Amino acid sequence: MLKVENINVYYGNIHAVKDISFEVHKGEIVTLIGANGAGKSTILNTISGQLRSKTGQITFLDQNIGHLAPHKVVPLGLAQVPEGRRVFLHMTVEENLEMGGYTRSAAENAESIADVYRRFPRLNERRRQVAGTLSGGEQQMLAMGRALMAKPALMMLDEPSMGLAPILVEQIFDIIKELHEAGTTILLVEQNAQMALSIADRAYVLETGRIVMQGNAKDLLNDDKVRSAYLGG
Amino acid sequence: MSTFFSQIINGLQSGSIYALVALGYSMVYGIIMLLNFAHGDIIMVGAYVIWLGVTTWNINPLVSILLAVAVSTLLGVVIEKVAYAPLRSSPRLSLLITAIGISYLLENGFQLIFGAGAKTVPTFISGPSLQLGSMTVSFPAMVTIVVTVVMMVGLTILVQKTKLGKAMRAVSEDMGAAQLMGISLNTTISFTFMLGSALAGVASVLYLCAYPQASPTMGSMLGLKAFVAAVLGGIGSLPGAMLGGFIIGMAEALVSAVGLSVWKDGVVFAILIVVLLVRPSGILGKTVKEKV
Repeated sequence: MLKVENINVYYGNIHAVKDISFEVHKGEIVTLIGANGAGKSTILNTISGQLRSKTGQITFLDQNIGHLAPHKVVPLGLAQVPEGRRVFLHMTVEENLEMGGYTRSAAENAESIADVYRRFPRLNERRRQVAGTLSGGEQQMLAMGRALMAKPALMMLDEPSMGLAPILVEQIFDIIKELHEAGTTILLVEQNAQMALSIADRAYVLETGRIVMQGNAKDLLNDDKVRSAYLGG
Repeated sequence: MSTFFSQIINGLQSGSIYALVALGYSMVYGIIMLLNFAHGDIIMVGAYVIWLGVTTWNINPLVSILLAVAVSTLLGVVIEKVAYAPLRSSPRLSLLITAIGISYLLENGFQLIFGAGAKTVPTFISGPSLQLGSMTVSFPAMVTIVVTVVMMVGLTILVQKTKLGKAMRAVSEDMGAAQLMGISLNTTISFTFMLGSALAGVASVLYLCAYPQASPTMGSMLGLKAFVAAVLGGIGSLPGAMLGGFIIGMAEALVSAVGLSVWKDGVVFAILIVVLLVRPSGILGKTVKEKV
């Protein structure tokens, strides 16, 4: 479904992503794990068109998207839940959801909003509130609901657990599993390697801009090197 | 009493014009963080179009008005595309300097074409004045206030309820996140300039109703005062721009009413200094705290 081949991304002189290639197949949960600064978010931002790779190509559903502006990537069925959630704090919950469905018709959106409210009853209760008044967990739900509004075939999640209490992290990961069961392919970037590997099918381990290990998530979860480096022994 | 009343009406009339211009400043600042110092000059261009329309070309005043609004709107969009869009990832200072450059270009360009002198615009809007007991409200004052209120209501509905209006708010809050929603920055920013410049075009018509002269530098003082109005109300806030415009208009009228009309401009800029010292975010500036 998504094929990333030999991308190199720079911030000025800093070589943040070094010759990375990986694939996500339809129906999978794939996770990119690694420490802060390994280049995980940079990869997602390059796929969604916010950054450009100097080399290689990015193919989504047989279409080369490496040169597309971010707003042209969304209607192809690729949505990103950005790091730090970045909901529109001054807009209401419902307006945030409408923005998520920006590329779709009002009729389609009415249906999707009802869908999102069914999945996140909490958002329904707060539909008229501005997003700035929501708790961190609620904002994460809103960010995910907002991405769902685009009816994505592939959803990319950037650090969904960041800054959340453990109980909320569990809840967010349960939701990711549900979305996956409902047919959405997931590309998940996480520092919380334990959680990410426990729900993923496959994983890539990143270190300073390179993929240093890859494989079946269950195998990596039991791998001694991964355990000592990312799972606290 | 009736002098006081007529000063209030004067204040509302000029306040309306400031408010319309301040809205353009605020919208553009809200979306690309640019103090668009060429904004006042768009009014100047609109005023020249009307002058040409009702004198040289001798066309129907209503057609001249529509033409002035259309030219202003187009000019605002073209300036954004040609001068500001290429600088979108440059430091904000470059953008500001470019805006000042565009302002000089327009002022001097018009001076070159039409000369430095002011052009008198014959009365092009007339109608019966309104009698309220012993007090009179002139027809232009009435038109100005009514048109401004209608524009404000229209703009508010547009920004709050329509898809493009919501996209404007989304872009002004978080450009990157807005793009991830599938919102096109180019379209949204153009649309913002279009709205702001259309309001400036309307302001040029209303300005000529009050002061029937067009000159190359007429936009700079008007623009500066509207900028003060936008800062006073809270730059980036649309209700703030409306409120700020009316306060500035009223302040000027009241200063004149007590016989200090030479201090009119000074008072406006004194207000700016006080706002910047006491409440830099303005009366209705956004202060919602972010949650982590």
